[in-house]
Amino acid sequence: MNEHAQNATVFLRDEARSAWHDNAVWWVRQKRDRAQHSVPEWEELRSLAQRIKAHALSRLADYLEEFERNARALGAHVHWARNADEHNRIVHGILRDHGVQRLVKSKSMLTEECHLNPYLIERGIEVVDTDLGERIVQLLREPPSHIVMPAIHLKKEDIGELFHVQLGTPKGVSDPKALTEAARHHLRSKFLAAQAGLTGVNFAIAETGGLVVCTNEGNADLGVALPPLHIACMGVEKIVPRQQDLGVFLRLLARSATGQSITTYSAHFHGPRPGGELHIVIVDHGRSKLLARSEFRRSLSCIRCGACLNTCPVYRRSGGHSYGVTVPGPIGSVLAPSIDAEKHAALPFASSLCGSCTDVCPVRIDLHHQLLAWRGEIAAQGLLPPDKSIGARVGRIVLSHTWLYRMVGSLARFALRVLPRGILYSRLNAWGLSRELPVPPAKSFRAQWRARGKP
Amino acid sequence: MGSREDILRAIREASPPPAPLPDLNGRRGQKSGDLAAQFTLSVEEVGGRCVRTDEASLPEELRALAQSLEAKIIGSIVPQLPGIDLSAHVIPHTLAGVDLAVLPGELAVAENGAVWITEAGLKHRALFVLAQHLALVVPVSRLVNDMHEAYEKVRLPRPGYGCFVSGPSKTADIEQSLVIGAHGARSCTVFLVE
Repeated sequence: MNEHAQNATVFLRDEARSAWHDNAVWWVRQKRDRAQHSVPEWEELRSLAQRIKAHALSRLADYLEEFERNARALGAHVHWARNADEHNRIVHGILRDHGVQRLVKSKSMLTEECHLNPYLIERGIEVVDTDLGERIVQLLREPPSHIVMPAIHLKKEDIGELFHVQLGTPKGVSDPKALTEAARHHLRSKFLAAQAGLTGVNFAIAETGGLVVCTNEGNADLGVALPPLHIACMGVEKIVPRQQDLGVFLRLLARSATGQSITTYSAHFHGPRPGGELHIVIVDHGRSKLLARSEFRRSLSCIRCGACLNTCPVYRRSGGHSYGVTVPGPIGSVLAPSIDAEKHAALPFASSLCGSCTDVCPVRIDLHHQLLAWRGEIAAQGLLPPDKSIGARVGRIVLSHTWLYRMVGSLARFALRVLPRGILYSRLNAWGLSRELPVPPAKSFRAQWRARGKP
Repeated sequence: MGSREDILRAIREASPPPAPLPDLNGRRGQKSGDLAAQFTLSVEEVGGRCVRTDEASLPEELRALAQSLEAKIIGSIVPQLPGIDLSAHVIPHTLAGVDLAVLPGELAVAENGAVWITEAGLKHRALFVLAQHLALVVPVSRLVNDMHEAYEKVRLPRPGYGCFVSGPSKTADIEQSLVIGAHGARSCTVFLVE
């Protein structure tokens, strides 16, 4: 059994909790649907977003240079990192040069991907995630289980207990309002004490050299408005060519993510604050390799809204941690194998290929096609586990010989009728582990067709 | 500069075939008949409050808000409700005790209740996220239909900071329960001035 399936099995053991998770995530999907239906031109917006991203990717190097030029003209420092390690070294270097010991961070999936927090903490820097959900999982020493709602896998009682132990809230308090208030006070003191603020980047505008960061809590705005040093980390794919492109993306992003018409704060940073410094770190970390692959490059258009996670029947029932990667769900299962196909060979199989992810994607990434393409790729690289590779080989032989197909069909009908449950539902039959097999028909379809006098 | 060149070269070598950039000039979302009514509705939907008023009544309306919030320390760059001397604050941190921030908005977006604010005239932009409550004052003539129109009209301060603010600070990170007042303002009142 593969790793994702094993983790999912553990997650599913607590039936009440996994059903609750399923419902909680599905509720967000329903909010997204209502938001979508309030915009009659929704499908047109998706097509525009797809085309803008396709164009930006087709001229990405030019736009990155344009962005860098404009950002530098505004007084920003621009750094380039080939991979996670270089990214971490650059960020640490900036902090070290400024004598920073206390850093506040708003949400950045890129820095999660690069494992920046442990890197900085090992080097003696206090790193505080300021998004409430991220702070919760940070205090628990867990990774986020969702890219938009990092603590979606936790119940309020879990968080109440955590805050009781870590923040000193009274025991037994689990009211979200009271817990949020406690976090507000706790994090205010961190904001006021911080010597630098780090943010992710939702969009980088080539024509202006500016950055857009979207949050609901205001933690990005607050985190970089107090200390004089702002570090912004972005993947190379975050570029949009023009200011007016944001009109398309900001109409899609929050509606797809949480069903809001827009996030509470959509901050636009152009250059540093007066008297401060802005450092922009542009990171490749596998993205240029992905760009080179025509069948997979569309996944670089992702705006990290999380809609494909919320709709995915596998994500909802297996939880974000079962994927073992920073970005879980359908988009994560497409991105992860491009970094390390062997390590993440199971992820493209963590899908029913129902296509719901493709239907909700605001930038029209053909997610379920890419998942299928990755399966082929993984088989071609010889990375399939034996149960899958033997099964596929046997299937190919059976399906390409009519006589064999007929024989196996009648054997199966016979076996399903006569074999005792103890054998049919043994460990040998993975399909029967959590399913009832169908009642076999007396005759094959072909025989029934003949009996009706059809040719 | 090695990394920069390496990355740009790798990207150039990987470049997909050309794809045209769509023309967005003049694009609009579905039109709202009454922009002010739609804006009011949108602000309420995001947990804020919209007050329709005129130039003459604005000072009184602002005072009434400050009173109802029991705001003692006011940080304002709107002349109709003067507050503390902001220029006396050398660093933004000392503004942490502000109860109510009052700022002018340059644009108001009917489809989502967002108001465009900038740091123009504001020594410390931290003010608007640090303050416990937020009031934004926008002329009704600055209403736009949607984000396409907003980005057509807005002048991004370069260098500088600008933000679309839609309602009070909020989070739903604990069991998806919406809680108003995460890190920023606990309430957001928009005055739409005739």
